[in-house]
Amino acid sequence: MNENPPKKDPSANLLKWFRSPFVRALVALGFVLMIGFIFNAEGSFLKWQTHRDMLRHISVFGILACGMTLVIITAGIDLSVGSILGMTAVIFSIFSIHFDWSPWLAIPLCLGAGAVCGLVSGGLIARFRIQPFIATLAMMVFARGMAKWISGGQKISTAVLQSGGQYRYKEVPAIFDGLNAKVLHNNIAVVTLIFFACILVCWLILAKLRWGRHIYAIGGNEEAARLSGIPVTATKLIAYGLSGFFCAVAGICQAAQEFQGDPEAGQTYELTAIAIVVIGGTNLMGGRGGIGLTFIGAMTIGYLEKILSINAVGEASRLMLTGAIIIGAVLFQKVRK
Amino acid sequence: MNCNPGNPLLRMEHIVKSFSGVRVLDDVDFEVVPGEVHVLAGENGAGKSTLIKILSGVHSDYEGSIRIGGKSVRFKSPSDAAVHGIATIHQEMSLVNSMNIIDNIFLGREHTLFNQWVIRHQQEQKARRILAQMELKLDLSLPVGSYPLSIRQMIQIAKALAFDARIIIMDEPTSALNEVETARLFAIISKLKQNGHSIVFISHRLDEIYQIGDRISVLRDGLSIGSAPASDLSRDEMIRWMVGREIDRQFPERSTPQGKERLHVERFSVPKPGGLHGWAVRDAELHIGAGEILGIAGLQGSGKSELLNGLFGTYGKLSQGNIRLNGKKFYPVSPRSSINRGLVLLTNDRKGTGLIPSMDISRNISLASLKTFSPHLWMETAREKDCARDHVKDLGIKLQSLTQDVQTLSGGNQQKVVLAKWLETKPKVMLLDEPTAGVDIGAKHDTYRLMNRWTSLGLAIILVTSELPELLAMSDRVIVMHRGRITAEFPRGQASQEDILQAAMADEKETA
Repeated sequence: MNENPPKKDPSANLLKWFRSPFVRALVALGFVLMIGFIFNAEGSFLKWQTHRDMLRHISVFGILACGMTLVIITAGIDLSVGSILGMTAVIFSIFSIHFDWSPWLAIPLCLGAGAVCGLVSGGLIARFRIQPFIATLAMMVFARGMAKWISGGQKISTAVLQSGGQYRYKEVPAIFDGLNAKVLHNNIAVVTLIFFACILVCWLILAKLRWGRHIYAIGGNEEAARLSGIPVTATKLIAYGLSGFFCAVAGICQAAQEFQGDPEAGQTYELTAIAIVVIGGTNLMGGRGGIGLTFIGAMTIGYLEKILSINAVGEASRLMLTGAIIIGAVLFQKVRK
Repeated sequence: MNCNPGNPLLRMEHIVKSFSGVRVLDDVDFEVVPGEVHVLAGENGAGKSTLIKILSGVHSDYEGSIRIGGKSVRFKSPSDAAVHGIATIHQEMSLVNSMNIIDNIFLGREHTLFNQWVIRHQQEQKARRILAQMELKLDLSLPVGSYPLSIRQMIQIAKALAFDARIIIMDEPTSALNEVETARLFAIISKLKQNGHSIVFISHRLDEIYQIGDRISVLRDGLSIGSAPASDLSRDEMIRWMVGREIDRQFPERSTPQGKERLHVERFSVPKPGGLHGWAVRDAELHIGAGEILGIAGLQGSGKSELLNGLFGTYGKLSQGNIRLNGKKFYPVSPRSSINRGLVLLTNDRKGTGLIPSMDISRNISLASLKTFSPHLWMETAREKDCARDHVKDLGIKLQSLTQDVQTLSGGNQQKVVLAKWLETKPKVMLLDEPTAGVDIGAKHDTYRLMNRWTSLGLAIILVTSELPELLAMSDRVIVMHRGRITAEFPRGQASQEDILQAAMADEKETA
C-alpha cells in the first residue's frame, strides 16, 4: 500500500480488492462451503473426518494439478497426466509387488519414468514447435499404451498369476501401507501431506525461484521473453518435465491407495486436473495465475464432490451438478462489476 | 446526408466520461465540418482515445450529446456508429489477416441474397471500383496478411468507403509508415476530402499535423483547450496547448566526444527472415564508438530493422560477417548471448516483442537481468523492487504503483519501462528501433535527453527511426540503407532531409 496514491473512492478500492483472483477463488470456495454447512447431511459435514477424507480423495488430483499449473502458466496444456499416472502406477506396482524391490529404488525409477515422459512432450513442444495440445495428446495415447504393454493388460495386484494358472497371493508391500496410512493420530492422510509438499515445491518454483519468472514470462509473451534472453526451450522442458514428475508422484500414491497398479487408472483425470486449475482462476491463455489458486481450486472441487456424495446425490445428477457449478464458478470469476 | 458545407456534420457537446470514478473527459466539445481534415492533438492520456471511442461507439455510457447532420444520436456499438457513417482506422489493425481483400472489405456487411448467400461478383465489382478510386492495384484474392502494413491500412480505408463512411477517424495512421507511404496516404486523404469525406486525424508528428490538417483541436487532461484553423495556430502555440508549459526546443543540444570503438561490423549479411530466399541485409559495413549515436535511415524494406535484429541475434545463427564488439570477436547466436556481451535491442513493436503484458512494472524491468537478482536461483525481490524504483525515478516513469499492470501505462511510459529493462543489463551498445513511435511529445523529449546522458556515460547507440527530423537532430553520423545495402553516409550536420530521401530511394529515381 505504500506506493498507492490517496484513496479516491472506497467502493473503487473494494472493487479493486475483489478483482484479485485470489479473493475470487476464496469466495467461490466459501460459497461451496456454505452449501456444505446448509446441506450438512445430518451433521456429518461438521466432522473433521469428512474433511480429512475429502483432502485424501482430492490429493491425487491436486498433485496432477500442480504440474498442470506450471504448464498452463507457460500457455500450454498437458493432456497426458492421467495416462502417465496410470503408467507409473503400473511400473511402481510391478517393482514393488512382483520384483520386491526396495521403495528407495522403485520410487526414483518411477519418478524418472514420469519425468522422461514429460520431457519428451516438452521437447516436442519446445524444439519441434508442435502445439502442446497435439504433443500431449499423443503422449496421452502413448503412455496409456505403455501402461497396457508393461502390465500385459492386467491389473498388477498382490494376486500374482503363476505359470500353472494358479494365483499366488503376496504380502502387500510395506510402502503401500505406509503411503496409505493416516498420521497425526489418524487425522491426516500421508498422500495429503505429499500433496501439500507438491504445492510447496510449486510455490517455491513459481514465486521464489528464477525459473518461475521464466515460466510466467514465456506464458505472458513468448517472443518478448526470448528477446529478453529467457531460455525458452529449457524453461518449457522444465515445466513439462516437472508435470511428468508430479504425475509419477500421483501414480505412486494412486497405486498405494488401490493396492494395485491398474493400467486403466487415471482416465479422465487430466480433465479434473484442468478443472481444478481453471476453477482456481489460473488463466488458460498463460502468464497469469499461481499455485495458491490451484490449491483453492482443489479444495473447491474436493468439497463439491464430497458434499454431493455425503448427501447421497446419485451419480447422474452429481456429474450434471458438478459441470454446472464449474461453469458457475468460472463465470463468477469473470464478472467485472 | 445533405449538409451544407460549413455547417457541422458532427457536433459533440459537453461530453463527460469517467472510468471508475476518475474523469477522463470533462465537458469536451468537438465538431467536424464536411470535407475537412480535423486534427485531434494532445499528449497520451489527454483523452483523445476516449473521445474517439465514444464517437465510434465503443463506449456508450457517457454524458453529453452527439449530433450528426443536426440529428441527435447515441451509438450503442461500433456497428451502430458505422450505420451513421463513422468509420475508424485503428492503430491496431482490425482486419482478418487470413481472409482476402474482398472478404475483409465487406466483413460484417456482405452483399447477400436472402441474408445468407454472398453475392461475390457484386462485391468484387464494388471493391475494384473503390480501389481504383484510391489508385491501388492489388490482387484481390490474396490474403490481407501477405501485404505490408501500409497497404493493409489502405484496405481499411477502402473498407470504410465501402460502408459509405462520411467521417473517417484515423488513429495515428502514420506511426508505422515511412515517408513515401505517408505521402501516398496523404494523397488519398486529399482525395477523400475533395469527395466530401471528413477525416479526424490523430498524430504525434507536428510536421504531419501541419501538412495535412485544416483545423486543429487540442485536448489536455480531459479538457478542451482550444480549436483553431491550422493556418492560424503557430507550432509553439499548439505545443503550449498540448503540454501546458513551454518546451523551448524540440530536440536537446548534443555534443559528446567520441570514445574508443565499441562495435565494428564488416561484410555483414542477414538472410530474409521467415525462410524466404535472398538477403535482407547485404555486406553492411559500419562502426560506432563509445558515446556515439549512429542514425540509420531507409524506407520500409530497406533492411534497417533486419540489420539491428541480425546483430542482436534475433534470427539465430543465420547471419554472416565479421563483427568485433568492444574489441573482441563477436558472432550473433541468440538474444541471450548478445545481452550477456552487452549488446541489446529495443524492438520496434513494444506490445508484441517488448513488454510482457501480464507482468507488473518491476518484473518487466528486471526481465532481462534476472540472473543479477537471483545469483543463487532464488529471486531477491526486495533488491529487484529497489532497482525498479531507481529506474522509475531516473527515467521519470509516471505510475501509481510498481505492482501496477504495465498495460495501464501510457505509450511513452511503457517505452520507458522497456528502456529501463535494457539499461538494467548494463549494455555497452544499444540498438534502438523506432524508440519514439507512438510516444507523446513530453516523453519523446525525455527520451532524447536520456539518450544524450547515456552516451555521455560511454554507451554507443544505433538509432533507427522513420522520423527524419529526429534522426538528423540526434545522430552524430547518418547512414542510409536501400534494399539491404548501405548507400550513403553523412557526418553530423552535413545532410538534409532531401539528401537522405534521395539516397534512400536511389535507384527508384533512376528507373522512373
